[in-house]
Amino acid sequence: MSAHLLSLVTGTGPDASGHRPVNWVALIIVIVLFVLVAVIGFLASRWRTEASARGLHSLDEWGLGGRGFGTWVTWFLLGGDLYTAYTFVAVPAAMWASGAVSGFFAVPYTVVLYPIVFILMSRLWSVSHRHGYVTPADFVGGRYGSRWLSLAVAVTGIVATMPYIALQLVGIRAVLTVLGLGSNSNPLMADLPLIIAFVVLAAYTYTGGLRAPALIAVVKDVLIYIAIIVAIAYLPAHFGGWGGIFDAAEKKLSATNPATGAPFGAVIPGVTGFNAYWTLALGSAMALFMYPHSITGVLATKSRNTIRRNAVYLPLYSLMLGFLALLGYVAIKAGTNPVDTNGAINAQLVVPQLFLDAFPSWFGGVALAAIAIGALVPAAIMSIAASNLFTRNIYRDFFKKDATAKHEANVSKLVSLIVKFGALVFVLGLDQSSAINFQLLGGIWILQTFPSIVAGLYTRWFNKWALLVGWAAGIAYGTITAYDVVNPATHAHFGGSIAAFPFTSTTVYIGVTAFLINALIAVVGTLVLRAFRVRDTGDATRESDFDADENDPKVAEIERSEPLLEP
Amino acid sequence: MSAPDVPTRGPARVAPYLTAGILVAIAIVMPLTVPLYARATPALWGIPFFYWYQLLWVFIAAGLLAVSYALVTREDRRRRAAVRGAGER
Repeated sequence: MSAHLLSLVTGTGPDASGHRPVNWVALIIVIVLFVLVAVIGFLASRWRTEASARGLHSLDEWGLGGRGFGTWVTWFLLGGDLYTAYTFVAVPAAMWASGAVSGFFAVPYTVVLYPIVFILMSRLWSVSHRHGYVTPADFVGGRYGSRWLSLAVAVTGIVATMPYIALQLVGIRAVLTVLGLGSNSNPLMADLPLIIAFVVLAAYTYTGGLRAPALIAVVKDVLIYIAIIVAIAYLPAHFGGWGGIFDAAEKKLSATNPATGAPFGAVIPGVTGFNAYWTLALGSAMALFMYPHSITGVLATKSRNTIRRNAVYLPLYSLMLGFLALLGYVAIKAGTNPVDTNGAINAQLVVPQLFLDAFPSWFGGVALAAIAIGALVPAAIMSIAASNLFTRNIYRDFFKKDATAKHEANVSKLVSLIVKFGALVFVLGLDQSSAINFQLLGGIWILQTFPSIVAGLYTRWFNKWALLVGWAAGIAYGTITAYDVVNPATHAHFGGSIAAFPFTSTTVYIGVTAFLINALIAVVGTLVLRAFRVRDTGDATRESDFDADENDPKVAEIERSEPLLEP
Repeated sequence: MSAPDVPTRGPARVAPYLTAGILVAIAIVMPLTVPLYARATPALWGIPFFYWYQLLWVFIAAGLLAVSYALVTREDRRRRAAVRGAGER
């Protein structure tokens, strides 16, 4: 989620040292809850597994939790998966730093998300159930009979997911910083808690697969709901009511930013921001369920309608996200000072700092633990999803066609460790802003798999090569355009995710423009290839697959009872 | 390919899907029509219209999807029953 929350690290004016004393009470609460979650994670491999399935020797078991999650488990799992720690940190940070356009769009984004999910995802569930697809690239490969298009979808998914995992570490780091750990006197000691957290996470993801984050998500979501309900019930009244809070936000955001000569932002977007606002919301909503970790959550459900029921219940998280976003304004009124260990202002520290300032240490600890655990759930699911993509659509398709289910599971488990290690190196080695840049690009990239996946759910009209060329064009346009956006304050590239729509001065979300170019090329390309009568065959799916339900036979069973008529 | 395609559901009726489609479309379009709500008044408990309108749509969209869900699943059951009644060997 929330790919576009840029300019998080605002001004770099040197401040007080930025050193914080360690808040022991809060720290101990965080450690206790972390240990609790780790225990749950290690026990997860025994949850809802039959004795014969112990050890999770197939991707269905390890990577999709046995494909049997009902409505409630899915609600917690997807809630924990989509509303990540980075979201909790970055959305209010964006509100605090620049107001509605870069922050509050997350609310319409996560509102229009569910109608889209409602329409698309039950068809994807059905066809995947019939054919045993584990990844979106499995479906594209089967539908178009093309492992190259499948490879494109898989690589996009992996590349877009990696920086997303890295950003979860950024969320944990924000928590550790306000707790008083991570003072930069000794870099190894500063990063040690982060490394320990990730090693433990990697270990229980390895043993428990998707069951681990599913169980942990319950703890995480309960903690998050408690933290936000208490904050929203208490803080606005404590700081003089919503009227005063919005006045304070208006005053801060309408002030002139000395670096750009323009206001920092706006509480209510002006006319020029309208198109950016709705394209960001719509484009992000279209992109979110193309991410492998979202589709993993969908395919792990028990029946065709589980995801549709969840489209009705999941918006409760969006409401919570909306209130959390408003805490960014509460922090303005409260005068929260998010100064980082190097003395610079780091907007991402706003919400963790607000909780520690405004509440007793023990409750601050609960809220911070919720954010930190909120990073572990999506990080686990994302690493599982990325390794499933690698195993099925790169390793099996290109290197070992006769891989058994057990072999696939073993490869996937191993790759999940590598993926997490890569994310850790990413965050420790590169600076935080490059993780954010890549995440921004990842959102644009993953949206380019939308035509192949979504059109494929309804029609086989598109030519696979036209789709592949459209995908490449969308990626190229999106990457170049995003590179050309220069941050007016820091003059760095990848300064934001909105740019002028071609041949106009209207600014829109780059991902949406790239998607339109992609779709246009796919349509025109298909028409041209058809005009030249280029053959495009190969489709393992059939019409009835797209509305199959849990009790309908799977393809393997059909072919056993009604053998092939003719090749 | 392999065995002939056996439909899992009978033919669809237009009305339930059309109604559900319209409800779903409303839930997508209304939260995205920014000019409709990009203003401060009327405020609710000090919260500008811009903010509480969008938060309100969390509930409205969920309600519209709940109705759509009821419509679509009822039609789905009917279609599955139609296939089972007619096509059972």
